[in-house]
Amino acid sequence: MDANELLAWARGSGFDIALTIFVAGMLLRLLEVLALGNKPDLSAPRGSGPKGGVQTLLSRNLPRKAVFDREPLRIINGYVLHIGFFIVLFLYGPHIVLFESFLGFGWPGLPSGVIDAVGAITILSLIAALVFRLNNKVIRFISTKDDYVAWAVTLLPLLTGYLTYNHLVASYTMMLALHLLSVELLLVVAPFTKLTHMFSFAMARWYQGYQAGRRGVES
Amino acid sequence: MSGLDAIDVEVVRPMGLATGNALPLLHEIRHALERLASTGEPTTIDLSSIPLSPEDRDELLDTLGKGEVEARLDAFGPSYIRETAYPGVWLVQHMNPQGEEHSSLIEIARLPSLLLTPEADVKDSAEALADWLTASGRERWD
Amino acid sequence: MDDLTLSERLRQRGVSRRGFMKFCAATASMMALPPIMIPKVAAALEQARRPSVIWLSFQECTGCTESLTRSHAPTIEGLIFDHISLDYHHTLQAAAGDAAEHARDEAMKKNWGEYLLVVDGSIPLGENGNFSTIAGISNLEMLKEVAEGAAAIISVGTCAAFGGLPMANPNPTGAVSVSDIIKDKPIVNVPGCPPIPTVITGVLAHFLTFGRLPELDHLNRPKVFFGQNIHDRCYRRPFYERGQFAETFDDEGARKGWCLFKLGCKGPTTYNACATAKWNEGTSFPIEAGHGCIGCSEPNFWDAGGFYRALSLPHTNVGETILTAGAAGIAIGAAAAVLNRKRKSDAVDNRETITIKDLSKES
Repeated sequence: MDANELLAWARGSGFDIALTIFVAGMLLRLLEVLALGNKPDLSAPRGSGPKGGVQTLLSRNLPRKAVFDREPLRIINGYVLHIGFFIVLFLYGPHIVLFESFLGFGWPGLPSGVIDAVGAITILSLIAALVFRLNNKVIRFISTKDDYVAWAVTLLPLLTGYLTYNHLVASYTMMLALHLLSVELLLVVAPFTKLTHMFSFAMARWYQGYQAGRRGVES
Repeated sequence: MSGLDAIDVEVVRPMGLATGNALPLLHEIRHALERLASTGEPTTIDLSSIPLSPEDRDELLDTLGKGEVEARLDAFGPSYIRETAYPGVWLVQHMNPQGEEHSSLIEIARLPSLLLTPEADVKDSAEALADWLTASGRERWD
Repeated sequence: MDDLTLSERLRQRGVSRRGFMKFCAATASMMALPPIMIPKVAAALEQARRPSVIWLSFQECTGCTESLTRSHAPTIEGLIFDHISLDYHHTLQAAAGDAAEHARDEAMKKNWGEYLLVVDGSIPLGENGNFSTIAGISNLEMLKEVAEGAAAIISVGTCAAFGGLPMANPNPTGAVSVSDIIKDKPIVNVPGCPPIPTVITGVLAHFLTFGRLPELDHLNRPKVFFGQNIHDRCYRRPFYERGQFAETFDDEGARKGWCLFKLGCKGPTTYNACATAKWNEGTSFPIEAGHGCIGCSEPNFWDAGGFYRALSLPHTNVGETILTAGAAGIAIGAAAAVLNRKRKSDAVDNRETITIKDLSKES
């Protein structure tokens, strides 16, 4: 299969299959959790559950001081990683076109050169994250295959995107095909790894905040 | 074609787009001039093969300016050869018989190769003149 | 049949030596050779004899021939074209019918093993090849017959090079490219819909000058013309870099000449010389005229998902896929939840109660 054929497949069946598995898979995983349900809580509430939920949704955007002080670099790196990823994904012109095609609306993006720089920083940040994981005895000990797979499938789209934009390694057509395929890999794998956190983080924050708020304790 | 001529055509040019390609070219010319000065080796740069926007081209030619010498070659359509304001840097523009430019070059040399009379032509012209003189009975004009 | 060299022919037309040097400079430029090669080009063209060329037009729109003949003669293209002995071209030649086919046979026999075969148009395989015939001979048969004695084959236009428009979905005539049929001859693909005229003559000029075909890429296209993609040579690149895209035709951005990525420009994945050589003797090219590149020198460009769909968009309807997948996910999720509940309640029902008496019995 040459580059053109690969690209055509990636833009055709490949994308369809990957997107289907992603959406269906994510919904499946999240619904499974939701469907577990809770036994009715018969105790008298001391505070407000919903208020706790909302507060926690917002407050957990920043780390707790004690946690931060123990490993500031690793936590800052986490922010760089996530924010960089969002900027590259949501503020790059050609990506915005994709979102526009099914949302029906778009938004202004950043200059492509800026995206290129942010992408490079994000890749470095991802590599740093792996270094942090391997260097910390405890975290390394509890790391599973899932952690490394999730890391790899997140790195590949960023790396291939960067290489494509800068016309490196192979022809643009081939690199674009590889970029799309790596995105499709991410989509297919994500619902079955810890990457479900991209949606479940909200559920977790709400749930724990609700529980704490109901009991009138800090969350 | 009169019907078409009556239609107003407005050419909308993208706002002045100098891609910055003129500057590196000027440096290349500078290096070539230095080479010519020290070793006598000439250089030719084919402008038609370099991506230059019209603005870039104007910038380049404006910078090079106009010198003392201008020549016109009529062979297979007109060609205009002129020395720029920088001696040793010549601009050569080739037109086809319809007057459309089909290539342009910058020659860094003491004399563009096209201006120098080809050796074979010199031999031919010596013969031709001798023949003409013989034919008109003037060969013994000492 | 005269056997003059190219320079002798030019001299015959009253072109001086200086004129010949000018011609060589222009030819070198057309072949994208550096000026230092001009003397070599001159030396080669001094000796260049007339190659016999047979041009076969198959399932095509004649756009490639039109592209070639649009340039005003006598220009460089015109002269190069004049110098080759075009022994057969059924659109351009005056003769027709049996006489024309006979002339072709004669030319083939006389120059067996040495003539150049130029093909434009795809070759239909459907109905035993009979969707397209010339003088009662199917294109398939004619191609195989003429290719046998050819020194090399030049496939002009995307139809001959890759199948082109006739091969687009659903390919009713079973159209294929020249390289799908001929496997034992050197083939040069000069794609484009149509190809730039100077590219066509550049390849011919190369053959005239050096007696062989130029260096080819993995799709057998001359690297010298098809080695760069449009995106890399596009003058609108600074706008792409700055993230300034035209959103619709004739909007503010379009008027300012901004990048046409969002309007479906396939520049990044298209390899051709349009951005530098341009069209109509260097006048302009599609992007400069405000329309995105349609990728016409690439295989299957007709089926690449639409000329106006940006490269970052898939061919499919994303919204639809999400909704369908969503419905499926919810359905499976609900089913899984029900199953889980059932398992749980079954486990509760089937729980065996144990009393202290049972336990003490065991010990």
